[in-house]
Amino acid sequence: MLIVFDNVSKIYKIGDGEVRAADGISFSAARGEFIAIIGQSGSGKSTCMNIIGALDTPTSGKYYLDGQDVSALSDDKLAAIRNRTIGFVFQQYNLIAKLNVAENVELPLLYSGMARAERQERVGAALAKVGLSDRGRHMPNQLSGGQQQRVSIARALVVNPSIILADEPTGALDSQTGKEVLSLLRQLNSEGNTIILITHDTEIAAAAQRHIRLQDGRVIADEQRGGTAA
Amino acid sequence: MKLWQAFRLALKSILGSKMRSFLTMLGVIIGVAAVIVLVSLVNGFSSDMSSSFESMGTNLIQVSVFGRGGNTVVRPAALMDFGEERRDVLAGVSPSVTVNGVTAKVGNNNLTTTVYGGSESFHHIRNFEVERGGFFNYIQVEARRKVCVLGSYTAATLFPLENPIGQDIRLNGNKYTVVGVLAAKDGGEESSADDMIVAPYTAVTPLSQQGGVSSYVFSAADKDSVDAAMAAIEDFLAGYFADSDSYRVFNQANLLENINELTGTLTLVLVGIAAISLLVGGIGIMNIMLVSVTERTKEIGVRKSLGAKRRDIRLQFLIEAATVSALGGLIGIAVGAGGSVLIGNMMELSAVVSPNAVLIAFSVSVAIGVVFGYFPAAAASKLNPIDALRYE
Repeated sequence: MLIVFDNVSKIYKIGDGEVRAADGISFSAARGEFIAIIGQSGSGKSTCMNIIGALDTPTSGKYYLDGQDVSALSDDKLAAIRNRTIGFVFQQYNLIAKLNVAENVELPLLYSGMARAERQERVGAALAKVGLSDRGRHMPNQLSGGQQQRVSIARALVVNPSIILADEPTGALDSQTGKEVLSLLRQLNSEGNTIILITHDTEIAAAAQRHIRLQDGRVIADEQRGGTAA
Repeated sequence: MKLWQAFRLALKSILGSKMRSFLTMLGVIIGVAAVIVLVSLVNGFSSDMSSSFESMGTNLIQVSVFGRGGNTVVRPAALMDFGEERRDVLAGVSPSVTVNGVTAKVGNNNLTTTVYGGSESFHHIRNFEVERGGFFNYIQVEARRKVCVLGSYTAATLFPLENPIGQDIRLNGNKYTVVGVLAAKDGGEESSADDMIVAPYTAVTPLSQQGGVSSYVFSAADKDSVDAAMAAIEDFLAGYFADSDSYRVFNQANLLENINELTGTLTLVLVGIAAISLLVGGIGIMNIMLVSVTERTKEIGVRKSLGAKRRDIRLQFLIEAATVSALGGLIGIAVGAGGSVLIGNMMELSAVVSPNAVLIAFSVSVAIGVVFGYFPAAAASKLNPIDALRYE
């Protein structure tokens, strides 16, 4: 199994009280799945995403990523795991405004210390996959929202991650462009990439084959779907 | 993360906000420029001093005799004989009488100058070069002949057109015959070392209105025997005077040492003051870097989510701070070097921009960037990625 969540809980202390953002979540996911984690705000989906993405560690319970226990690693070890195995796609794209498209896509490779020639080859391939080969020298603000989101997908893809973690990837896009982004994700999934989509919107979740519903920090449903074309 | 990449990013963000970067650098620019100007001017001052001392002759030893209270007075002849005896350490000896404010007159040309009274070897000891005519000789000294040798400025002023050799001039009304003219030594200007007249010490009594000779100049055989020569002179004088306060033996090198010590202290004080402005510049950089970290919290979060380790983030901000302050340092060096030359010209000092000062100023400005950039950089590197990503 690629992802194993074993009774994962996350508790935040706020003043004297505490908030159970995740309360004993368990599920596992195999390589090549396209999973949507669905929930309203406060359901624990963001906490779940942070733990899956190795941005945060659980208060209790275990999280195994590709067989490795990542529940209690140091900051820098988590950074290395994010660098090699996770590709993030954010709602607000989160491109760095001062860098051009190719430099943005190259960034994770720089942090992994890859040689220049291989970096350039990989950046070229990732941009080609999202259909932006000719935009490498553009600055992010010269692109449309949909194009920027495709750049951020290329940036996620460039390290050949085990998981692409997309947090409301269509949230800032109009519905037509949103559909294009979703179909790009489906295509990447059909090429073998594991994709986890975090969303509050059931319509968008329809792109995924498996839906995990969260409410009040617990899993309330985990069901296989057909995964219709969005 | 490669250093070069971080450096390029740093340059980009500096050029992206030119006004802010300039203001950030200003403290460092002023500090570095101040250090360089001060060091250059003090350097120039002391090298001017050294060269004017060296032109007098580094082997020169001056002896002053104050001993009027004692029963014995050293006669010039005794010291001259002593000089002859100690040829091993002494190359020459001459009485040295200085008379200031003498009016020299030729026809309608006149000027006020300094007259030195010396023996026939005075010009060797004081490193004077005779350009025209000759120096007066032993016989002229012994015979108290009123002859004189003119400094180049004096000669040019008194005799603008004709050859001064063989002409008569009047010094405070006494007639002297010009036998030689010295080569220009100090630019040939008024009040310089060329504004003077030399005459036999036996012939300057009418000008000085005092009989005795109270100071002498010796030249040591060479640079290394200066100390031995001074010791020999002291020994000799000790035989004449019971009180060692009655005479003083000193050397150009001693004077130069004292002056160098003084200018060294002066440099330290001035550079210390300039260093305070560098410190203030460093605090300015820290301040702006802290603002920059806050502004770029989201960017830091994104970089961390892409796998940047603490070290990567820290390095990025450190390089940025070091680049800002090194750039400030470079501008400061340019301003300082230009300023030194300008002020040097205004003050008629030969300002020497020392490569050491430039090197040190540059390294210090980079170091300031690193030291004052470290705290903001460390703060950035410790940001929690989740909070940083959520920051708007």
